Amino acid sequence: MVNGLNLLFQFLDSFAFIVLAAAGLAIIFGIMGVINLAHGEFIMVGAYATTLANIRLGLPLPAAMLVGVLVSAVFGLLVERVVISGWLPNLVSQRAVGRDVIEPLYDRLADSMVATWGLSLIMVQGVRLTLGNSLDQIGTPLGNIAYSGFSYSTYRVLLAGVALAVLGITYYVFTRTEYGMRARATIQDEDTARAMGVDTERTYMTTFAFGSALAGLTGALYAPTITMVPGLGSSFLVEAFVAVVVGGPSVVLGTTLAGGLLGSINAVFSNLVGTFFGRIMLLLTAIVMIRFLPEGITGFVERLRERRQEGA
Amino acid sequence: MSDRLVSRRGFLGSSAVLAGTALAGCSGGSASGDDTIKLGVLEDRSGNFALVGDPKHKASLLAIEEINENGGIDGQQIEVFDPDPQSDNQRYQELTRRMINQNNVDALWAGYSSATREAIRPIIDREDQLYFYTTQYEGGVCDKNVFAVGPTARQQLGSVLPYPVEEYGSDIYTIAADYNFGQLSADWVKVLADENNANVIGEEFIPLSNSQFGSTINRIQEADPDFVMSMLVGANHTSFYEQKASAGLEVPIGTSTAMAQGYEHRRLDPPAMANIYAGVNYMEEIPTQRNTEEGGFVDRYYEKFPDAPYLNEEAENNYFSIYMYKQAVEQAGTTEQEEVKAALESGITFGAPEAPGDEEIALDGATHHVDHHMWVMRADEEHNVEAVDDRVIPETFLSETVGCDLTQEDEETQYTPQDFYEEAG
Repeated sequence: MVNGLNLLFQFLDSFAFIVLAAAGLAIIFGIMGVINLAHGEFIMVGAYATTLANIRLGLPLPAAMLVGVLVSAVFGLLVERVVISGWLPNLVSQRAVGRDVIEPLYDRLADSMVATWGLSLIMVQGVRLTLGNSLDQIGTPLGNIAYSGFSYSTYRVLLAGVALAVLGITYYVFTRTEYGMRARATIQDEDTARAMGVDTERTYMTTFAFGSALAGLTGALYAPTITMVPGLGSSFLVEAFVAVVVGGPSVVLGTTLAGGLLGSINAVFSNLVGTFFGRIMLLLTAIVMIRFLPEGITGFVERLRERRQEGA
Repeated sequence: MSDRLVSRRGFLGSSAVLAGTALAGCSGGSASGDDTIKLGVLEDRSGNFALVGDPKHKASLLAIEEINENGGIDGQQIEVFDPDPQSDNQRYQELTRRMINQNNVDALWAGYSSATREAIRPIIDREDQLYFYTTQYEGGVCDKNVFAVGPTARQQLGSVLPYPVEEYGSDIYTIAADYNFGQLSADWVKVLADENNANVIGEEFIPLSNSQFGSTINRIQEADPDFVMSMLVGANHTSFYEQKASAGLEVPIGTSTAMAQGYEHRRLDPPAMANIYAGVNYMEEIPTQRNTEEGGFVDRYYEKFPDAPYLNEEAENNYFSIYMYKQAVEQAGTTEQEEVKAALESGITFGAPEAPGDEEIALDGATHHVDHHMWVMRADEEHNVEAVDDRVIPETFLSETVGCDLTQEDEETQYTPQDFYEEAG
């Protein structure tokens, strides 16, 4: 009954959506121990900047998307300095080192959730007050692929390729660059890393900006397909969180595996039964995973490996 | 460093302005005199329904300003209480209580969604508060305190559904938002399909939070209907139209929810809304003299709100119902709510912008609903909207099928098509 090609496209679509929605969140969570509940709003910043650059400034779509990425990276940098790191009061009281006035939010899960949730409310309402309740929407480029009575948006299939590229670039950045090495050292043992001369403060700052840039990229890529309203970020948040929970602590591998698993579950059930059921199955999967693999797929793999090493 | 300081100051400055604006929004309408008529207007200017609620709020203010400038109601000025309920049903309940108990409003306009209406209706009924619900909705509310002046599903779907059946064929695929409005509207599609010798060959209900429609589009292509009936609701669901266009799904669509409320034909890039037929009582584009001629409704609205993006269906409902309230108070000679209700039930008519020529629309006293002048509006490839059909469609479900007569008997019930039609079951 169901065309196999349909299922494949639907899988690619879901995979891209889940991976792109989760990538920035996973990096900021995995490396900084900050749960960014404003992640959806960072996506909104990317989408809005892209749309405004395209419609108001008349930039071609790819250039506008680049603007979206840059704006959200800069915005993320500002947020990290002002909200997450507690750098601002030091400036006010002219202290060069130490954070006497405000503790940064690194590795404070619950606190970072409250702070970023507040930030998300301010962002949504701030955008509403400054730019109104909606923006005009860019059309989706590239037409469609037609096959025996069915058709699928080419652009959305292309997004799956972009999602893979994002995973590849992230892998490269964290394993092959000096920044990546410092970032991994910072996750493993912040104090030792600092003793070895790693500027962990700078690492955190760069990581947050990188995560924000990825969120902005997601917004930029989906801007031509979704409605431009200030609350658009919320439609990404559930998928992003489920993917991070299911994927576990390893950013690239976890996100890839989660995207693959959740993408196929979503594709199969929403195609066979309906969109609503697809979403139920996503959340059911998350429940089962939290119950049986509380550290996600990669956490489980890690534990298996440790056990084997102990046995050997 | 100095650059950073400047940008930081700029940021702090603009956020202080934002905070100031937000506070100013909360404190509106606190002064109260005894010789004013107090109207409560609860419409969403933030949250999920801000896009569609904001024009309602603006049009209410327009009507009130016009009435006040022309001497008020029976010489009394109108005072408006209009805090922002933020699309939050709990906040609606709190504000409704506050409007009734502290502000002592003489009449209340409140709420966009059916879920909101059902959240505050028990409070309204406990306090016997005169209440206007102005959104187009699934129909069936027979309540002595509620004047549901928006068109119902039977009026909206009843006006639009026969058109594509005649034009394109009889196989219908229904997609609807998954809550009471969407479910009941889908039942109405079945009833109306039966009346028009058409069949519903598939239906899907979609959660409000969903913004990805790949599988829905696939399922529609698989069913291959002659046209789709869409009762999708809210910003997330609007993504469907862009996504179906980019996926190359070129099926005609009949709807009671797109274009007239969220002006998708203005916001989306063409041809996302091509070949969409909306059954509505009002859109900014309807060609009536009262609406589009110089100094008409559209001109007056944009003169007062030059930056407003659109004048939507519900805005007109708020506008004319405030005028109907004025007539009723003048007829009753008092703002005493029981007597105003009786005056409203006596058969008020008004020359609303939706009615062409000198025609007036009539409030049906027995059901508290309006016999609207309904329009079928079609958007083309460039998103130009034109009227393809228009006629008066009375609200027949409550009056004929249910037999609701609030002038004879007090009721507080919502009837559903399932109670009366086998097809809907």
